[in-house]
Amino acid sequence: MLEIRNLHAKVEDNEILRGIDLVVRPGEIHAIMGPNGSGKSTLAGVLAGRDAYAVTDGTVSFEGKDLLEMAPEERAREGVFLAFQYPVEIPGVNNSYFLKSALNSIRRHRGMEELDAVDFLALIKDRMKLVDMDQSFLNRPVNEGFSGGEKKRNEIFHMAVLEPKLAILDETDSGLDIDALRIVADGVNKLRRKDNATIVVTHYQRLLNYIVPDFVHVLVDGRIVKSGGKELAITLEEQGYDWVREGTDRVAVG
Amino acid sequence: MSTETREVEELANREYKWGFVTDVESESIPKGLNEDVIRLISAKKKEPEWLLEWRLKAFRHWQTLVEPRWPNVTYAKIDYQDIVYYSAPRQKKQLQSLDEVDPEILRTYEKLGIPLREQEWLAGVAVDAVFDSVSVATTFKEKLRELGIIFCSFSEAVQEHPELVRKYLGSVVPANDNFFAALNSAVFSDGSFCYIPKGVRCPMELSTYFRINAIDTGQFERTLIVAEEGAYVSYLEGCTAPQRDTNQLHAAVVEIVAMDNARVKYSTVQNWYPGDKDGKGGIYNFVTKRGKCAGVNSRISWTQVETGSAITWKYPSVLLIGDNSVGEFYSVALANHRQQADTGTKMIHIGKNTRSTIVSKGISAGFGQNSYRGLVEIKKGAENARNFSQCDSLLLGDKCGAHTFPYIEVKNTTSKVEHEASTSKIGEDQIFYCKQRGLSAEDAVNMIVNGFCKEVFRELPMEFAVEAQKLLGVSLEGSVG
Ligand SMILES: Nc1ncnc2c1ncn2[C@@H]1O[C@H](COP(=O)(O)OP(=O)(O)OP(=O)(O)O)[C@@H](O)[C@H]1O
Ligand SMILES: [Mg+2]
Repeated sequence: MLEIRNLHAKVEDNEILRGIDLVVRPGEIHAIMGPNGSGKSTLAGVLAGRDAYAVTDGTVSFEGKDLLEMAPEERAREGVFLAFQYPVEIPGVNNSYFLKSALNSIRRHRGMEELDAVDFLALIKDRMKLVDMDQSFLNRPVNEGFSGGEKKRNEIFHMAVLEPKLAILDETDSGLDIDALRIVADGVNKLRRKDNATIVVTHYQRLLNYIVPDFVHVLVDGRIVKSGGKELAITLEEQGYDWVREGTDRVAVG
Repeated sequence: MSTETREVEELANREYKWGFVTDVESESIPKGLNEDVIRLISAKKKEPEWLLEWRLKAFRHWQTLVEPRWPNVTYAKIDYQDIVYYSAPRQKKQLQSLDEVDPEILRTYEKLGIPLREQEWLAGVAVDAVFDSVSVATTFKEKLRELGIIFCSFSEAVQEHPELVRKYLGSVVPANDNFFAALNSAVFSDGSFCYIPKGVRCPMELSTYFRINAIDTGQFERTLIVAEEGAYVSYLEGCTAPQRDTNQLHAAVVEIVAMDNARVKYSTVQNWYPGDKDGKGGIYNFVTKRGKCAGVNSRISWTQVETGSAITWKYPSVLLIGDNSVGEFYSVALANHRQQADTGTKMIHIGKNTRSTIVSKGISAGFGQNSYRGLVEIKKGAENARNFSQCDSLLLGDKCGAHTFPYIEVKNTTSKVEHEASTSKIGEDQIFYCKQRGLSAEDAVNMIVNGFCKEVFRELPMEFAVEAQKLLGVSLEGSVG
């Protein structure tokens, strides 16, 4: 589904991603962990097409297509979804109106009929249950005045409505209380299918108890320095990142 | 409003234009302005002597005035002797079908979602419409008449209801009020007259009527609305369809009078030709609009969406004379490309417990310059007067400008005046967020801009709010990549 090869990207003059390789197949959940500033959000941003980043080398293919060639909205319509680490507020724009426009532009792109108000309402009612979201959030402006946790939950609600093929969740767990964490993780699990995939960026092993990853990758200084199964997250939680850092040095030296 | 009601209204309006056309031969007089021209205009309209005198007095005063230079706009000098001051309504060349209409115009109609029938009408296609709807329209007109509501062209009112016109004309905007108002008073061509008698609530928006009518309004339009004690009317001026006019200068005057417990809601959508991308052509829209809350508990609300014209110079105001009276001003003004807008309001608090609300949303894009200019004046006797003003500016790009000129004069210490202002730029973050959800840049900008204007759109009649939103989108086309 997603194939990242030797991806390099910079912001202004700083090279942030320094050769990322990652393959995600349908049905898989990948967790990406790594210290602050290591480039996790940058990777997510590059995949979503944020233009602050310049790709200097490497390729990314998504379902056989060159992802880097596509405009951000095209990527979204093709099925790439990013749950933002810092969701953006759009004053005055009703959350459900926003979602309806988004969903319909995705459907148009896929040659599907647009949903009318009635069908859309039925759909979002169903999806709201999935993330246990209160109805009142539908008619409030997108993220405006939402608490930190509410914003994160709203991201997953968007995801539930838009049903992406590849979802990238950038620290969706940060800021969630214990109950919300379980609800959000539950939602993600329910949305899991054989033909979609999820990349979860997180700092905490805790989330991975709920969303059980097939692979865990450790990103340090713009490179994936270690990959493993879910037990890797536990080791990281116990030993911190120095352990992998040392590991890379050894690899680099030896 | 249900679709049916709306359709009925539309049909009614279509018919209405026949009722509105005044019987003047199609001819013009030579360019230039002098007393003879004014006499001629007045004679052509078969006006009573007092009205001619009123015009002449205005003209003599106008000659002593100089064109205002204080607005934050620049334009080439207007040659007032190079204008034709009287011309009969232009006869539109009748087209056979929409195929003959400029595709660019059709595209805009489509984007605005104007029904096909109406598109034909607007574009001047000979509509052999099913005029069996005449009966419906007649019912409407009869209903208004039964209620004692007078709604007709200004010229007609001069003939049919001279006592009312004489009583109220110039009672809110005196003929010598300002340069453009004086000019209008001297040469006004036509306009609308609306009178709602005591205790009558006008049962329909006098909106769609006007929307069609607006097509033939002249350069110097004059509108007078009077709401007697306890009356209510919602009035809508303008049209979202692009309005092209070869006349460059538009100087209209609108006067509103509200007596005890009366309420008038006046909404405008202005979409005159703004000129091309480089600022060539376009309408100069210099308008004087003022309402007088003459009675206690009366209320006048101005809502405007100004997207057209090369230059807009306009300050719909309210004189709050009656105790507990309320004035409101809700405005969206857009300046794209080389457009310049200097608009705002004046709220003059005279009576006790008077309240006013000002919500101004200025959008600047391209090289557009947008100025809010507002005066809140609390006179000595205005005990416990309250004003709240909120002026927000939104910038698209970095070559445009937003300016705010709030003037506050308070002469009564029991009053309270609040002013809030903000300027923001459409954020890259916001646009990226929208795109990440699948929306195009254009849709993203539309959405953000419409969100910004929400508090104003909320004040518009429902179906018009929808059109106004689309209109903003069309007007902003191409302003963000
Ligand atoms: N627009 C920018 N200008 C300059 N530096 C930037 C910019 N965006 C990111 N960076 C830098 O790139 C590096 C990687 O940032 P990134 O947000 O990808 O980290 P992260 O792994 O997501 O960290 P965290 O765990 O704190 O979220 C950081 O050092 C950051 O300061
Ligand atoms: Mg991050």
